[in-house]
Amino acid sequence: MKRLALAVVLLFAFLVQGIAQDQTQGQQPVDRSATGGAQTLEDIMKRQRGEKVDTGFRRNETGDPNSAAGISSQLGTLGGASDPELWRALRYGSADITVSSGGKEATVLMQDGGMRWLAWRKGPLATYGAYLLAGTLVFLVLFFLLRGRIRIDGEKTGHTITRFKAIERFGHWLLAGSFILLAITGLITLFGRFAIIPLIGKDAFGPVAFASKWVHNNVSWAFMLGLVMVFVMWVAHNIPNKTDLKWIAVGGGLLKKGVHPPARKFNFGQKLVFWGVIVLGVSISASGISLLFPFEFPMFAVTFEKLNALGLPQLVGLGPLPTELAPHEEMQYAQLWHSIVAFLMIAMILAHIYIGSVGMEGAYDAMGSGEVELQWAREHHGLWVKEVEEAQRSSKAPDKNTVPAE
Amino acid sequence: MKAMFAAFAAIVVIAIGAHQILERSGFSSAEQATSSSVRLGE
Repeated sequence: MKRLALAVVLLFAFLVQGIAQDQTQGQQPVDRSATGGAQTLEDIMKRQRGEKVDTGFRRNETGDPNSAAGISSQLGTLGGASDPELWRALRYGSADITVSSGGKEATVLMQDGGMRWLAWRKGPLATYGAYLLAGTLVFLVLFFLLRGRIRIDGEKTGHTITRFKAIERFGHWLLAGSFILLAITGLITLFGRFAIIPLIGKDAFGPVAFASKWVHNNVSWAFMLGLVMVFVMWVAHNIPNKTDLKWIAVGGGLLKKGVHPPARKFNFGQKLVFWGVIVLGVSISASGISLLFPFEFPMFAVTFEKLNALGLPQLVGLGPLPTELAPHEEMQYAQLWHSIVAFLMIAMILAHIYIGSVGMEGAYDAMGSGEVELQWAREHHGLWVKEVEEAQRSSKAPDKNTVPAE
Repeated sequence: MKAMFAAFAAIVVIAIGAHQILERSGFSSAEQATSSSVRLGE
């Protein structure tokens, strides 16, 4: 234990030293006299090594029209900015651009943030996203092999109980059906270029990509409607309560045969899925709308400002996040966030589909016909069955206040 | 199963409806990215 503590202290000391060194290096003025103020070999090498280069020395060198030579003097006709200075202004997005159509985004002629986005989209996003989905599938297969299908332990009664009404099932399938379409078309959009084009060629992929885009853009509304329906119908049943602690204590009975913690209409696992779907669903809808109407609903500069004020990015070492974003950067962040949330949702829903179909005997009926085997309901939602049975008894019992007709 | 198929049908109807509404209200990329002096589809 002492050794571990010592290792942690040494690690922190090392990190702090590294950060301090970085800061002192950043503060040192760079001598650029050899290049007349232009970038030096060291600047280029630093950039190639992937280190941060302070570009202030050229970013702001965009000429000064106010100190231009008079129109009749030598070089006066050039105005206050030379060609390199004009190009620099274009390069860093500070040139005064006028366009006849398109909004603010059309005035951005060069946007180097796009390269970082592209690299991130092709690299970590696609790679870790694929790992997450593959990992989830492997986990589910292993779970199935080790645990097998969770069967109804007790003897079946032959009677059923209504678990979900038609409108509830409609809402669920509106959300589920649209989600599956969105997930498939989203994955085609993200992985198409490097996973599908090599297989079927560009000519064949063209129509697939076009159809995917159409489906993804237009089916999104059904997803949002389903999300609202499901939230309204089930939020009251998904408020966490004390019963959930018992479910958590035995891991929901998922790992051991014959263990059935008490649960109302939704057990804790289902509540996790519900809130996961709602929170991630709202977030993916917001970023989706931002992408669906490009440049109309920028969200990230505002969000970053709020996060910076809370100090969260600084806490995890990201430093203050940028609060002035080019219109394209807003879209790029929206796309990355949309995909990250999508991957999390797909992983979660794969597990949900598993347990609602092959993973558990009798579970699918809840969303299929809406009628579940009474024994299944007693085992998995015992408290809910009691509530339903009591409600039925009280509705059947004659009201003491009613007077028989004479 | 009826509710499931009704929901799937609703997805199709909503998707086609959304496409029609967005196209007709001038939200196509082509219309959004051009000025009034550009004639589209003529």
